[in-house]
Amino acid sequence: MTDSWIMFRRQLIHLKRYPSLTIMLIGLPVIFLLLFVYVFGGAVGAGLGGGRHAYVNYLTPGILLFTVAGAVAGTAISVAMDMTEGIVDRFRSMAITRSSLLTGHVLGSLVQNFLAIAAVLAVALLIGFRPNAGPLEWLALLGLLTAVAFALTWLAVALGIAADSVETASNTPMFLSLLPFLGSGFVPTDTMPSALRAFAENQPFTPIIETIRGLLLGTGIGHSGYIALAWCAGISLVSYLWARRGFKRRAAR
Amino acid sequence: MTATVTTRPAISLAGLRKSFGDTTVLDGIDLTVTEGTVFALLGPNGAGKTTMVRILATLIPPDAGSIRVAGHDLTREPDRIRAAIGLTGQFAAVDRLMTVRENLQLMADLNHLGRTESRRRVARLIERFDLGASAGKPVSLLSGGQQRRLDLAMTLTGDPRLIFLDEPTTGLDPRSRHDMWQIVREMVAEGVTVFLTTQYLEEADQLADRIALLDHGRIVAEGTPEELKRRIPGGHLLLRFLDPGALNAAAAVLDVTHRDDGALTLQVPGDGSVNSIREVLDRIHEPAELSIHTPDLDDVFFTFTNKRPDTDKRPDTNKRPDTDKKPEEKR
Repeated sequence: MTDSWIMFRRQLIHLKRYPSLTIMLIGLPVIFLLLFVYVFGGAVGAGLGGGRHAYVNYLTPGILLFTVAGAVAGTAISVAMDMTEGIVDRFRSMAITRSSLLTGHVLGSLVQNFLAIAAVLAVALLIGFRPNAGPLEWLALLGLLTAVAFALTWLAVALGIAADSVETASNTPMFLSLLPFLGSGFVPTDTMPSALRAFAENQPFTPIIETIRGLLLGTGIGHSGYIALAWCAGISLVSYLWARRGFKRRAAR
Repeated sequence: MTATVTTRPAISLAGLRKSFGDTTVLDGIDLTVTEGTVFALLGPNGAGKTTMVRILATLIPPDAGSIRVAGHDLTREPDRIRAAIGLTGQFAAVDRLMTVRENLQLMADLNHLGRTESRRRVARLIERFDLGASAGKPVSLLSGGQQRRLDLAMTLTGDPRLIFLDEPTTGLDPRSRHDMWQIVREMVAEGVTVFLTTQYLEEADQLADRIALLDHGRIVAEGTPEELKRRIPGGHLLLRFLDPGALNAAAAVLDVTHRDDGALTLQVPGDGSVNSIREVLDRIHEPAELSIHTPDLDDVFFTFTNKRPDTDKRPDTNKRPDTDKKPEEKR
């Protein structure tokens, strides 16, 4: 049993012992899904040239990314909780793999992410989301969402370490939840004013959303797939290095 | 407490320095802790105690100094040190979301004990630290004293040879404090070396073989509790008589520093040596009772750090009801 695996099991116990966090992380995107479909969906769907039904299909890929962005905020909080309590000193004074605590958080967060994604997807299907993906597309989607969740989780770990309190850690990842709005997650970017549109089309979430949409609904993916994966790799690498450096320095206070 | 007499040092450090920014926290510390003994680092808040523990436990690097802990060089082999030590910090290092048993199991797993051995050790620690009734409870429901016991049990899971206890009884009620002292004594009886910090003078006096007083990042005094007490003035003999006549007779021939006619007592200077007692007794008719008062650590501390609140008064254990004291020796 490696140290990272032991730390992963610790996170699983946390998930089990503290289900309200997971429920909250599922609840928020579900509420947004229902809100957007039933409150705005009629009007927005008409604008898209369909109706509420068309809008469920348009919205769901963005909501899935919104789910991941929200779920990793929970990771930042639990990392910050570890960092501000005595237990991190205990781990650091033991002869264990240095990064195992962080790896455990990342693996635990992936589990939490997939629970949330599955729950949100189930609600979407229930209210009329109709994907036409085949097994290969579903598999590719699983891979993409894993890459996205992995990247954003490492970012959240870094933010959780950088935060000087649990409160800060619960706030800093919030910009991630905004990004699907400032992209193609909720409405197409071509209705936006030009400056915002330029941002929306070049920020990392838009190619990710376009790829999810393409895999689930058969819309064109183009280069979005490669750009999405490149963003994931870049965010993962930078965040990992930032988290590792922060962990070393933070604990060296 | 001195069950094993070895000369091998568990900790040796020379010229340890540490600053945070412009603030010098540790300003050239030299000391040696012998294996199998209890070493107490005594000092007020902000003296640098916790910083020293954090350096010795490999959590933060020193700025300068040659340091060996558990036989290994601190900067070259931190992992060898980590495998040999246990740390119980000032704040309970427990996982509040997990149960007592899960916390101990986590430690057993991280120490790679193997299934059978880890199960055995977890069960033994739960029993030894009297946590059986709450073994299945999440730690957040435990009392402060129980959390401290679990904290220490977690530290012991890896069978460390050297344990750092940073203010182990701060915030505990008197009973939990005495339980903790008992546990420390048991660990020492098993040959473990204990390095503890405390701001309680009584705690150091009760537990430690050697005490170092840390003040503003420097060791201002070091020695056994008795040595430290002997190094300051203020020891005296207290003589009690049966009637005022005997009191007056004795007062006439002795160098009395304090006289209490109500209690029929006289206080005369003396270091407690047999000769000084004999000298006094030879000059007077035998008193009803004689007791020797050595200064307590409170006096020691204030003497060495120049922080005595009223410097004109002699240290007098009878007049300091605000301090915890061990019972005075009676003869």
